[in-house]
Parts: sequence; structure tokens; C-alpha cells
Amino acid sequence: MTIATLSPTAPSQVTPSKAALFEARAVKAGARRNRLLSLPALVIIGIFGVLPLIIICVYSFLVAAPYGGVQWQFSTDAYLNFLFQRDIFDDTLQFTPDFLIIYLRSFLFAVVTTVICLLLGFPTAYFMATRPPAQRNWWVLLITIPFWSNLLVRTLAIMFIIRDEGLINDALLALGVIDKPITMLYTNFAIQLGLLYAFLPFMVLPLYSSLEKLDFRLIEAACDLYATRRQVLWRVIIPLSKPGIIAGCLLVFIPALGAYVTPLILGGGVHLMIGDLIAQQFGSGRNWPLGCAQALILMAAVLVALFFYVRNTSGKVQHG
Amino acid sequence: MPEQPGKNAIEVRGVRKVFGAGENQVAALDTVSVSIRENEFFTLLGPSGCGKTTLLRLIAGFDFPTAGEILLHGQDIAPLPPYKRPVNTVFQSYALFPHMTVAQNIGFGLEMLGKPKAETEARVAQMLKLVKMEALKARRTSQISGGQQQRVALARALAPQPKVLLLDEPLSALDYKLRKEMQIELKRLQHETGITFIFVTHDQEEALTMSDRIAVMSAGKILQVGTPRDIYERPAERFVADFIGETNFLPGTVVSKQAGVATVKFASNATIAAGYPEGFDPTGEVTLVVRPEHADLVPDPAKGTIAGTLSNIVYFGTDTHYHVKLDGGENFIVRHQNSRSSPVTFGTGAKVGIQFEEDAARVLKD
Amino acid sequence: MADARTMDIKDQPGFRTIAVICLLVLYVPVLILMIFSLNSGSLVTHWEGVTLNWYGSALLNEEFHSAAKNTLIISVTATIVSTICATLAAIGMTRVKPWRGLAAAFMVINLPLMVPEIITAVATLSFFALIAGTFGLNFGIGNLILAHTVFCIPFAYMPVRARLEDMDLTLEYAAADLYATPWNAFRRITLPLLVPGVMSGAALAFIVSFDDFTITQLVAGPGQTTLPLYIWNQIRRPMTPEINAISTILLMVSILFVSISFLIARRRAK
Repeated sequence: MTIATLSPTAPSQVTPSKAALFEARAVKAGARRNRLLSLPALVIIGIFGVLPLIIICVYSFLVAAPYGGVQWQFSTDAYLNFLFQRDIFDDTLQFTPDFLIIYLRSFLFAVVTTVICLLLGFPTAYFMATRPPAQRNWWVLLITIPFWSNLLVRTLAIMFIIRDEGLINDALLALGVIDKPITMLYTNFAIQLGLLYAFLPFMVLPLYSSLEKLDFRLIEAACDLYATRRQVLWRVIIPLSKPGIIAGCLLVFIPALGAYVTPLILGGGVHLMIGDLIAQQFGSGRNWPLGCAQALILMAAVLVALFFYVRNTSGKVQHG
Repeated sequence: MPEQPGKNAIEVRGVRKVFGAGENQVAALDTVSVSIRENEFFTLLGPSGCGKTTLLRLIAGFDFPTAGEILLHGQDIAPLPPYKRPVNTVFQSYALFPHMTVAQNIGFGLEMLGKPKAETEARVAQMLKLVKMEALKARRTSQISGGQQQRVALARALAPQPKVLLLDEPLSALDYKLRKEMQIELKRLQHETGITFIFVTHDQEEALTMSDRIAVMSAGKILQVGTPRDIYERPAERFVADFIGETNFLPGTVVSKQAGVATVKFASNATIAAGYPEGFDPTGEVTLVVRPEHADLVPDPAKGTIAGTLSNIVYFGTDTHYHVKLDGGENFIVRHQNSRSSPVTFGTGAKVGIQFEEDAARVLKD
Repeated sequence: MADARTMDIKDQPGFRTIAVICLLVLYVPVLILMIFSLNSGSLVTHWEGVTLNWYGSALLNEEFHSAAKNTLIISVTATIVSTICATLAAIGMTRVKPWRGLAAAFMVINLPLMVPEIITAVATLSFFALIAGTFGLNFGIGNLILAHTVFCIPFAYMPVRARLEDMDLTLEYAAADLYATPWNAFRRITLPLLVPGVMSGAALAFIVSFDDFTITQLVAGPGQTTLPLYIWNQIRRPMTPEINAISTILLMVSILFVSISFLIARRRAK
């Protein structure tokens, strides 16, 4: 038995064996073969998902054609129109905050939705996570069903309830609390209610999956060290479920900011959100470049939120 | 040791395995050579990370050596993918296919080899009988116990009649009693099938009781190859002595040596004759190793080769460990077999002497 | 403060109440919508008695038939194509050594989840308008199928990838050890173990395609009405409980497929 002493960091002294050469070849060939498997998906999303996004970037710098579509002529009008309006007579730009107001209102809707969903969703998710396993599965199924159910239909259900002749008004009238219906549909209240209803499951599920992994012995340890229930909640449970909280907030905030169906049905075209505004430019507005510019501004807001998320989660990895 | 080339099932020649690249390179195996004889129960023993599993994976073909050759009956198998090697593995986690029955698992290898259906069925039946699992052949692997899964894994690996069977810590997931049973079972299977077993473990007791020969590994190298008795009684290096069984280490100075026996002087001026391994030339300050059961306590300190104070007595049922604080400051453990008529009883704090049996002490490389 | 003896140490006071409220909030409006599909009166909100007539009239409606046909053509095709692509991609992105661009590829696959639907909708609309205008290309209902396939891929991809990552790689080693060639190991071990993930992914892809409104509404050409678009058209007319009946049918389809996906996933967890 001979044991040659080679320093472990001197591979140059070693002639690669036949096996190593074989492996290098096989691994390269196999990996290349397997890599190709992702090609169909990448090509489909590339052509029909990524390319369209590039096209709207280009469109946002073009001029609107009179009956929809674009004329191939460079212009930054779409972005200028976002904040200003060109006077028809003297061609000067005047500050018009109409679009900005819609963006700010949408932002406010999204923030309120996120906060209320978190306030309702966290206790719900925590309650679910502390159930015995059999019960827990039922709860998860019950929250998962609305998560995947048709948003249009769910919004319709809200509409039926809050209409002037809807269930709430009917009940209040019958009880004699009011003598004429309270107008709720086509108000900001209706949109806010619809957003909450639509996105509540989006908050509960990520929170639940984070809380479910919580080591509940930590709670016993905290109680043992004289923490009250509320102290356990604030000092142990909430800090540990931060990744779930961030994920849940993002999953509610992003779609709420770009909501389209909810304001379309419950806002009745009176109270617009960003989503309807964009769609309008492609419909009756007939200003595709403006619609593209508005979409890209929304996209920028989403990217900021995602960046915040990535920075937060990668920071967590570094710490432990 | 002289090797007879035709009798070796596996010959590992100068195998090196480096993982990673550039700065992060780690040599998991550092130029290892070893020969495993036909029909042998051969154990690779070492602490985790010593390279024993890497060597097994190289023989199985899951990894490929950076340099060196692996011969199976004289033929280099290192460039062959695992499915072309007549070698089968019993995995630590068993790796039973969860979507197949016990019988389907056992028959899988034969099926892949394209054996006729009748032959496969006969062989599966034979294997089920061998591991006493006939009654459960139609069960899913998730519906049987850990010990039964272990038997199925064995049967599955043995069914294609491999030249060599590789076992990667197969008993580590079993509880103590079941492990003892399976140790005997494994020996029986090896005996009945006549297949060469290469067994990987970190459990020295398991290695000593089951193996024909053991290779002790550490940090990517093989330190010693030998029979269990060789390894235990004549360890080649301090690491081997330390890793296998309990050992006392004593400092001393070599005064003279002759024909493989050195005379070593302790600080107390007492001397002792100590053997040392071939190819090692002890001089000056050395470390002596003495197994605890090869020493004895005497009530009179003057009668012992060395002396000290009894600091602790630990009762183990079959035997008792006496912890002695030597006058030089080192700790020394003496193991004494308990019997109905234990002649001497000592109390902690007593001054005692320690006597050594003949050939008890050895000088080892650090 | 609740009595310490009757309360589990993990419980937080008030959380049960909030959880129950959430569940009621989520289900009561939908249940009311469903109940009114059985209303024998012709108003959507005033209860007059029980009937199944609205289901009858919905199911006999020509417009409903063509919308249902379109929906099924689109979602079934999109589900099949996206599930195949997503499964291949999941294998190609987990069973390989990390390659340059893997992170980028992963982002591309998940892109449809990160971009708000309305943006995807107008972008896809612009894209199809451009190729129709420039090359005279119009795939008809194929436009919708392609658009749906894009956003179905990440939904089909997620469960397959999760399944692949959970799978014990040793099983594939064991197959190779027992003389299975790479193709045989894939066919006999990896693929059968992957089936639940693929089924679960296909169920999710089907639901999101079946239910899609935003993208469909903007991309659909004339005569390409799907069920969600049909409902939208109904809302703008005087409403009868027929719309509740159709909505109920849509919800039932969602519930069926969610439950299938959920049950498959749970069996896997066992």
C-alpha cells in the first residue's frame, strides 16, 4: 500500500484519468441535452410574453393613430401627456394631474387593501396553523378555493349584495333603519370592499405557509421565560413570520395596484383605477402610446416593490 | 502486503477525487490504493467526511475519479457508467422505489438487464425467501417497517448477482436491537451468496464484529488495512488507536530499541518494553498507547510501573472504569471486568499503582 | 383574559373570531349568489321560490353554448401545451448542473406571475395587432390560446418543480445502479413519481385559463366570447338569475379543479 503525499491543491501534477475525461464529456452532453428541455417554454414565453412587453416599450415612444394603433414616428408625447396637456390653441404644456391623481388613488387603495388584509389575514393564518392537522387541511382547502375561484364571479357576488336593491339595503329597509337605499355601488367604498374581498386569500395563504413551519416549542420557551401571550406574539411569532408577511403583502399589493376587474364592475367607470385607465386608452381613448406609457409607469412601480422584496429576502439569507 | 492479482475482486490504484474547482477545491480522496479480495467482507471505517462514501460512490460509478484506476477482476471499470457495472449498492436511505411493490423492487435490476420474465420471477422468489419477506411481496415499500425495508434493499441489490455488493452505512437508521440482528443477517447473507461485500460504516464496533478486513480512513487517506484483531491490537497510527476503542496515551522517552521492541522510560524513571509498527523508527520523545483493559490496578503505588490517585470510578455493568490521575498529570483509565468475587475494592482519592500486561504498550506515529 | 386552563398555550385571544369572520366574508357573498340561481322570480335579488329553470335556460342558450365551446377549446389546448412545456422546463432546470442564464431562464418562466395582468393584456393586444398589421398574421382563436399558454406555464411549472425538488435523487442513482440506462431510469422512476405534480399543475393551469377575464377581454376578437366574457356581457343588460346560474357553474368548475389539485398535493405530502 503506497500513499503518495500530494498537496490537495496541486491538480496540475495529476493526469486526468480516463474516467474523469469520460465524466466531463458525459456531463457536458447530458447537461446540454437536459437544458434544451426548457427551450419550448422559454420560446413561448419569450415570443408571446417578453416580446410584447418590448413592443409596448417601443409603442410608448410613438404617435397614436386616429383609430387605435400607432404611427411609426418618434415622440415623447405619451410620457408628457401623463402629466401635462397640450393646449389646442397655443401649443403650450399645462400641468394636468388627472392621471397622477388616479395613480395616487390606486396606490392608496392598494395600501389600504394590503394593511386590512394583513390585519385580518394574520390572525386567520395563525389560527389555521395552530389547528390539529386534520382540521388544518380543511381550513387550507376553504381558503384555497376562493384563491383560485373566478374573480369576475366573486366581484359580481359583492355587487349583488351592495346594489341599491341588494341584500344589505333590502334588509335595512325591511327593518326600517333607513327609508331609502344607501348608495354603495359605484363608489370608492365599493372598490375598496371589492379589493379586500378579492385579495384576502392572497394574504392568508403565504402567511399560513410561513406560520405552519414555525417551531411552536419556541412559544413554550417564551412563555417559560415569563412572556405573556401578546408579548409572545410581538416578540417571537411576528418576527419569525416576517418572510411570510412580506410575501403576502406583495401578493396583495401588486395585483391590487393593477386591479382591473374590481373597479370595472364596482366603480362603474366613474371611479377609475390604473388598470381601467390603461384599458381605456386601448378602447374608447384610442391612444395606444399613452396606454403603453401608463402601463410602463405601473410596471416601474411593481418593479420597485419587487426590488424591495428581493432586497429584504436576500438580506435575510445573509444574516442566517 | 503482497497481493495476488487474480484473487482481487476490486483493486483501487492511485485514485484521487477532487470536488469543486479553483480556490474551492477539496480533495475528498487523496491518492488511495487498496485491494479487496474475492469473497471478502471488507469494511471502510472512518469518521464522517473521511472519504469512505466517496470511495464507495467511485466504485459504484456515481462519481468518477479525478485520477487513478479502479479494477474489477483486473478490468478497469472507472470509465463505465453505473448501469454497466456488475456492482450493486445498498443505500443508507434504502432508496426503495415508492411506486413499486416489494417484488417489483427486487425484480427491477433483472428487468433492466432484459432477463426473461420466468427467470426474473424465479429469482425474485428466491430472493424473497433469502431475506424472509415472502409474505410481504405485494406490499408497497411505504407499508413495511424500517427493518423490512432494509431486507428488501438487500434483496434488490443481490438479485442481479453482482460481483461486488456495496453497502453504504445500511444499518445506521435501525435501532440498536434490530441493528444487532441485521449484523448477523448480513454475515449470513455474505456467507450464503459468496459475494464480495464492501461495507461503509463509522461504527467501529460494527466494523470489528463483521469484517474480514478493515480499512481505516481519515481525511481522504487510508491509514491502515488489516484484520479486526490487527487494527485493534496493533494500530499503525495514533489516529487508528484513538478512533477504534478506548486508549490511554502516555508520554515517554525512547532509551533503546531492538528487533521491533523499544524500551521507553517514563518521567517516573520506570521503563517499559513497547512494540512499534514496521517502517516506523521511534526516537526521543514518543507517545505510548495502552488499552484500558491491558492494565491493572494495584493498591500499593510502589508496586506499579506508574502511580497516581484514583479520581473517579464508573460502573458499566460488565466492567468498571477506574480513572487515575497520574503523578505526571495525565489521566489514565483502567478497565476491570466485574465478577462475583472482585478481590479488590478501591475508593476515590486512594493512591494506586498501575501495572501493564505483557505487550500492552505500543509506540505510535502521531 | 381567558382562563389559562381552558386555553392552549399557542392560542391568541380573538384570533378564532377573526378567522371565522374571514371565512364568512369569503363565502357568504358567493353562497348568496349561488342561492339566487335557484330563485323562481326573474329578479336577481328578490327571493320568490325555488326553481332550476335558470339552469335550463342557461344551458339551452345558444350564446352560452358557443362561449362554453370557445372556453373549452382555449383552456384545454392551453392546459395541454403549457403543462408539457412546463414539465420539460422543470426537468431541464432542476436535473442539470447550474448553467449560465439559469437564473434568467427561471425569471422568464415566472415573468407572467410578476407582471400585472392588465399590462400583459395590453402588451399581448399590441403584439397581435402588430403582427396582424405587419405580416397579416392572425391565428384567430389561436391568439387567445397562445396568450393563455404563456400565463398558464408558470402555474403548471410550480408543482412539477416542487415535486422534482422533493424527489430523492438517490432513487435515480439506485435505478442506474440496477442497470437502468438514463432513459429507462427517467421512464420507470422519475416520470411515474412526477405524475402527481404534473396533474396538479395541469389542474391549476386549467383553472387560470378557464377563469381568465382581463387578458381574454382585451385580446379576444369578434366571435371569440368565452364564459367570463359572456358573463360580462350579461352584466351590462337587465339581469336575470340566469347569470347566477352561469356564475355558479363557473364556480363549481373552479372548486372541482382546486379540490383535485389539493387532494393530489395532500396525497403527496403523506
